[in-house]
Amino acid sequence: MRHHVGHVWFRQALIMGSAFSFVFCTDTKELSSISGISMSPSRQNSHHSLHSTMALPKTSYSVLSAFCTEENISQCIAYINQVHYKGMSLESKSGNLSTVPVLNLLYEVLQLQRRAQRALHELETQQLMNGSDLEHLQHSNCRLKDQLEHTRRENSGLHEGERQLQLKIKTLHNCLKSEKEEVQKLQSIISSRASQYNHDTKRKERECTKLKERLNQLLVDKRDKKLSIEISNYVGRSDGKRGLWKTGKMEARHEGEMYRALLSDYETRQRSLMMENSELKKVLQHMKKDMIAILSPKKPCVQPEPADDSLEQAGSEGEEETGDCSRESLEQSCERAREQLTKSIRLQWRKLKSHVERLDSQASLVACQEREGDEMMSRKEHEDEMQRMRLDLQQCKEFIHMQQQLLQQQLSSPCDEETAALLNDCYTLEEKERLKEEWRLFSEQKRNFERERKNFTEAAIRLGHERKAFEEDRAAWLKTQFSNMTPFVDRKRPALSEPHSALAVSESRLTPHHCYAIHHVQKKGLKCKFHNMK
Amino acid sequence: MNFSEVFKQSNQLCKVSPDGKYLATCVQYRLVVRDFNSLQIVHLYTCLDQVMHMEWSSDSLFILCAMYKRGLVQVWSLEQPDWHCKIDEGSIGLVSSRWSPDGRHVLNTTEFNLRVTVWSLCTKAVSYIKYPKACQKGVDFTADGRYMALAERRECKDYISVFVCDDWHLLRHFESETQDLAGLEWSPNCCVLAVWDNCLEYKILLYSLDGRLLSSYSAYEWSLGIKSVTWSPSSQFLAVGSYDEKVRILNHITWKKITEFEHPTTIINTKAVVFKEVEKRPVVGSEDLSIHQLTVDNSLFSTQSKYEITQLPAQVPVIKPDPDRANPKIGISALAFSADNRFLATKNDNMPQSLWVWDMLRLSLLAVLEQTAPVRCFVWDPHRPRLALCTGNTKVYLWSPAGCVSVNVPVEGSFQVQSLFWHCSGSSLVLLSKEHICLCYVEAEEEK
Repeated sequence: MRHHVGHVWFRQALIMGSAFSFVFCTDTKELSSISGISMSPSRQNSHHSLHSTMALPKTSYSVLSAFCTEENISQCIAYINQVHYKGMSLESKSGNLSTVPVLNLLYEVLQLQRRAQRALHELETQQLMNGSDLEHLQHSNCRLKDQLEHTRRENSGLHEGERQLQLKIKTLHNCLKSEKEEVQKLQSIISSRASQYNHDTKRKERECTKLKERLNQLLVDKRDKKLSIEISNYVGRSDGKRGLWKTGKMEARHEGEMYRALLSDYETRQRSLMMENSELKKVLQHMKKDMIAILSPKKPCVQPEPADDSLEQAGSEGEEETGDCSRESLEQSCERAREQLTKSIRLQWRKLKSHVERLDSQASLVACQEREGDEMMSRKEHEDEMQRMRLDLQQCKEFIHMQQQLLQQQLSSPCDEETAALLNDCYTLEEKERLKEEWRLFSEQKRNFERERKNFTEAAIRLGHERKAFEEDRAAWLKTQFSNMTPFVDRKRPALSEPHSALAVSESRLTPHHCYAIHHVQKKGLKCKFHNMK
Repeated sequence: MNFSEVFKQSNQLCKVSPDGKYLATCVQYRLVVRDFNSLQIVHLYTCLDQVMHMEWSSDSLFILCAMYKRGLVQVWSLEQPDWHCKIDEGSIGLVSSRWSPDGRHVLNTTEFNLRVTVWSLCTKAVSYIKYPKACQKGVDFTADGRYMALAERRECKDYISVFVCDDWHLLRHFESETQDLAGLEWSPNCCVLAVWDNCLEYKILLYSLDGRLLSSYSAYEWSLGIKSVTWSPSSQFLAVGSYDEKVRILNHITWKKITEFEHPTTIINTKAVVFKEVEKRPVVGSEDLSIHQLTVDNSLFSTQSKYEITQLPAQVPVIKPDPDRANPKIGISALAFSADNRFLATKNDNMPQSLWVWDMLRLSLLAVLEQTAPVRCFVWDPHRPRLALCTGNTKVYLWSPAGCVSVNVPVEGSFQVQSLFWHCSGSSLVLLSKEHICLCYVEAEEEK
């Protein structure tokens, strides 16, 4: 408010102060017009003009003197009356100014000026104060802002710290829980152990009391039952041997036996381990060979380029390995050989694995390709088929056409009876010839059949004879055996002669049966032949 | 399958002679020896008191009967029935008695495990072994009967003594690296001794015959450890069953674990077959309820059962053990390899109704048998890969790779099979109930 009032006051003062300068400003023209002097424009609006108004009397005297001259007194008076605020007016009496009102006016004006200056001074001081206040406030503002920033940072820092502490609390909680559980577990263990100890102690205590009782009893009871053995007669040792005296040699023998037992056990164990070892090594060798075989590039199947060199590499390595195999089999227990074997196995296995993976990817690729290729192939095939079918169709059409033509020709051709008969005759003749040929063939085959049938029957008869002869021989042999066992030797002769008659009988008996069989066989044979002919 | 008639026995004392010819049973204070094939009584002996333990000698010529209360051991001869032998331990008492492998010495463990007395039947010699350890399995003989391993405890430390059974000469005596030795067992090839700690510490040590430590294996610390140990017949594998419900297989070359078999509650392995025993109740018509029918035909009361294959994934019934008790019922308590090494049968105590069969060739689960009652006893056929088990009811169950079958024991009254064992030829089973025995003749092939 003060500021504002001051401002207004200042303004007013300024206005008042500038009234003069204004007067001077506005009237510079007039003045200049009146008195013909020019004012420098820099003096008009500047602050310094106020100060300059202080020094007004000195300099302005010259201006006043310029303002008012003997000539324009009345004008000047009129002007002043017009301009000044106070109601005092200058009156011109007879063209000469009375000094009293002028001095009064002047005094007034001076007073005003003094007041104005004071006000100005006050305002200036006020302004300074305000300025410094403002500065002070700005400074404090800055400071407070900084403080705020600082406190904000501190706050976030504290938040962070709190968060970490919370985390710590959580982990400590968990630790505490686990520790509690552990403690519980240990407590349960302790309690079970304690109960076990108690149980054992109680048992021992009971035993102790029993012992004490027994001791008491023994001390009291004079009748001491001696320990003894009553045996009707001593029995022999279980192995039947005589008992031996206990000597140092016996002790040594026992020691020896014990060590022998231990040694034999170790030996058997070592043997079994060696066997197991060699078996496992063999298995590994086989595996390695198999793997090398699988990896060797002997298959011609399609494989992309990058696979080949690795296969070749494997192949070459395989060759190396096979050379090593023999060496390995010799140094079976050598550790280096064992390491070598395991290393080579691992290598082969890795190769096999990569190979299989590659094959898998290839297979999937090829499968995709094939699927596409199939379609293309089928389309191509389809087209080929179509072409072929078209060709066939064309040929068939032509053939039909030709046939039709011939038929037409036949039907439409003028043929007299003679030629027709001749033609017919030709045809029948042709047919006759054909039939004759076929008949000839047929009779030939029949003759062949007859021959074969005869051969077959003869063979069958021979077989029957042979079989019977064999049977009879066997029977004879058995009979001889039997008769050798029995005391009746002269029975042999008639036994031997029988088979012959049997054969004769059997022969007669056999042939019809055979004939039937042969007939059957013949039939079958014929049938087969006919089938073949067809 | 044929069943013989029922005979009496007491204390589950029924043993077949090692040569397979005789069957000895104890009935109170009598010892009855029968011919195995005809089941005719061959010998009858009378002991001085109720027999607590009975054992055949290795050559099938003698039988040992121990009466712990009286501290007496009586030995009977089969060849000479009038031969007698009585061993009196006197005031020192008797806790256990056993034969030596040669069948001519009797080893008696006195009360409070004060000492082991070795009585000879051939000579007048008596040997004493001091400070034997009282544990799950403190004495073991090699398969060939040459050596004996004995666990001892002196001044709060475990020792192992190896004796030559010939003349009881102390071959080796060495300290064992166990905290509290629970058991020891020779490998079937007689060269390695497996020694394991008690359940408070999982540790199994392997000693060579001459006392050198070959290897030590410990799967974990602090939790309860080993529950059962068994060798495979070829000595290739050592199966260790522990309280964490797992079986770990160690191999004989490196003595390191080659695999571990878990017993999960849900079976998702697709190669395994889960057989579930399902009882089928016979339908009874009202007109069948005649007295005659009831007494003669037992099938009315005894339920038939059969196996069904369960779809995978299958749930195995679990019984949670009481955590506060000592020796909790959890973990692998029984392991057995088949005679051909191919299979391993295991039983997990908190799944008492299930029996697990593992294939050793593939090292994976082959079959799970889920029974209607807790499995009491299971034994492999000594020749074939065939497993017989019983659950305390009237049935005997057989599993083979071809399948499994449940057979009711057709005995008048009910015959609750408590335990069973095979005859050494593998052609028959001896079933024991509380008071009786029954023989079961099994054919060579069994199918489902």
